[in-house]
Amino acid sequence: MPTRWGALPNSGIDKNPTPVDRIIRDPKIVAAVALVMLVLPPIGLTAAWLAFGQPLLDLMKATDPAILQFVFSLIMMGLVLFIVIHLCAALILAERKISAFIQDRQGPNRVGFFGLLQPIADGIKFMLKEDVTPARVDKPIFILAPCIAFVVAMISFPVIPWAGTVELPWGGTLTTQVASLDIGVLYILAINGLGVYGVVLAGWASNNKYAHYGGMRAAAQMLSYEIPIGLGVLVLLLVSSGTLRLEVIQDQQTATGLWNVFLHPIMFLLVLTANYAETNRAPFDLAECEQELIAGFHTEYSSMKFALFFLAEYAHMIIGSAVLVTLFLGGWEPLPGVSLLHGNNTWWAALIKFHIFWGKIIGLIGLYMLVRWTVPRFRFDQLMKLAWKGMIPIAMALVVIEGVLVAVGIKVDPTAGFVGNFGVLAVHLLVNAVLLGFILWQLSRTKAPVTGRQDNLPEIEVVPSRPAGQGGVSHA
Amino acid sequence: MRDEDVIELKAPELTAAERLYLPQIVAGFRTTLRHMFLEKKKRDENMVQYPDAKRQVRIDNYRGVHRLNKDPDGRVACVACFMCSTACPAHCIHIEAGASPWPDREKYPVKFDIDELRCIYCGMCEEACPCDAIELTPHYELVARTRQEMIFDKEKLLHVFEQTKHDKPRKNPAVTDYGLTGNQDKAVARPTSQTKV
Repeated sequence: MPTRWGALPNSGIDKNPTPVDRIIRDPKIVAAVALVMLVLPPIGLTAAWLAFGQPLLDLMKATDPAILQFVFSLIMMGLVLFIVIHLCAALILAERKISAFIQDRQGPNRVGFFGLLQPIADGIKFMLKEDVTPARVDKPIFILAPCIAFVVAMISFPVIPWAGTVELPWGGTLTTQVASLDIGVLYILAINGLGVYGVVLAGWASNNKYAHYGGMRAAAQMLSYEIPIGLGVLVLLLVSSGTLRLEVIQDQQTATGLWNVFLHPIMFLLVLTANYAETNRAPFDLAECEQELIAGFHTEYSSMKFALFFLAEYAHMIIGSAVLVTLFLGGWEPLPGVSLLHGNNTWWAALIKFHIFWGKIIGLIGLYMLVRWTVPRFRFDQLMKLAWKGMIPIAMALVVIEGVLVAVGIKVDPTAGFVGNFGVLAVHLLVNAVLLGFILWQLSRTKAPVTGRQDNLPEIEVVPSRPAGQGGVSHA
Repeated sequence: MRDEDVIELKAPELTAAERLYLPQIVAGFRTTLRHMFLEKKKRDENMVQYPDAKRQVRIDNYRGVHRLNKDPDGRVACVACFMCSTACPAHCIHIEAGASPWPDREKYPVKFDIDELRCIYCGMCEEACPCDAIELTPHYELVARTRQEMIFDKEKLLHVFEQTKHDKPRKNPAVTDYGLTGNQDKAVARPTSQTKV
């Protein structure tokens, strides 16, 4: 009998799109709304400038510079908070779309054209879900943990030099960096270290073994992977003559056009990898590990508490990318090798710098997502092995090499420009190539089975359960 | 077993490039980026916008929700032999047999419940049924608000037959009304109103 193919009629679930669906799924309406959203703010800003610009400028001139900077910092904080929260929502949609495309699926496409309104639907869902607090949890800590995770993810943002400084026409400057701390980089490292508290406390307070395991794994993982980041920062400190200020480290790169990523490619890869591990994302999502631990530390969380963990993860991604951009990728400078915007402190240059900075961050986050959906997960012992036997020795070697180079005087001269520092770049690239060759040589002369199991484990001594001769099985 | 029959297998070892991860990761990027950007057409062609459109399924052997067939007289075809509930690996079929009110069979199912939530849709019941009374239909959209609703009783299963008999007519309708299989007498296998016992 020939195979009969057929599609059965709908049983009437979602037969016809509702009028609302028809409107929000229409690409023309979406394009119109997007156009209005893109055009209206500049028009509104221009109109506001024409109406209130002159009085505002007079007011700014009359204000004490310190108070002006304070108000401007408040505006920057609000702006960055706004961008981060909305970018998180957009990134969740982007991640779902990217993962879908990589896996030959379509991703969310029912809520609005191309699924563009999905973040709104997700947000509404999070708020309307029942907020379950299981019995016998440690209630104060259970509630505190997501708050800690989110707050810690958010308080690193003030030290990022978003767009350098802006020189005011009547003298004086405004910095777009909210807090120019002496300990800039250390502050970020310290706050990142605090980040593990949210995860560990969530795992501990949930009174759930899966959550507990997730929390413990997160603690071990974050402790291990902070070391390569710390060593990477140490290398940069050797280069930057010991200053810890992020804006100075960034300015030194833009002055020569010689970004740190070209001088220290291996270190960049190590810090990038450690960043993936710090944010608990695949391939290092051992704290969540849907495969083994249900959802790891946030197994017991629902509704907005879970949403806070989710937001914290994405905010961690953003802050990690922002730090990488500042330390390695030349901050707001658009192109390597040339100093296009360096020293240009006009207001329009600041606007361009701000956009370039965020563009680089979004590019790095795209890489995060690509890695997440490409690289298979590590087992926990492999994760530890990678950190302690792979990344940390290499990072230490790089610190020693950089120290020697600085000691013999091979160091970037900020005033010499790109061509003047070419020799320094060549030496660094050579050293990195030699180190890579050494690593490959080491890897080729030692052996590792595909399982990643360690061959040189000591023989396990089996103690017989009964004295010999009484029927016990002796393995010795 | 002789010693030369033993084949020793060794786990393959990773090369240096594989242990460095980076070349492998770059190769992985190539794969994922190809799927992301270059295979859009393939992706779109193979897409079925599900609630709006439905996949083409093999109607005759798709294993969806069950139905209880009726014989040409409109009676339930099941003879309550318990073969299906015995064959069921998920133990989701519960039958209560009663004395048949009709002269052509001994028993009939007083109750016939299938727990659609326990069912794994393996089709063993259909295989086991000697009179082709229980069959799986190509319908796969099973929605209910309670677990109780998902326990289909005899009336509901017969109703599913009424709903699906146009898409998928009953297999071997006349032959097996008496639960007879094999080389039975044609007069018995295809009874008329006169020859009915």
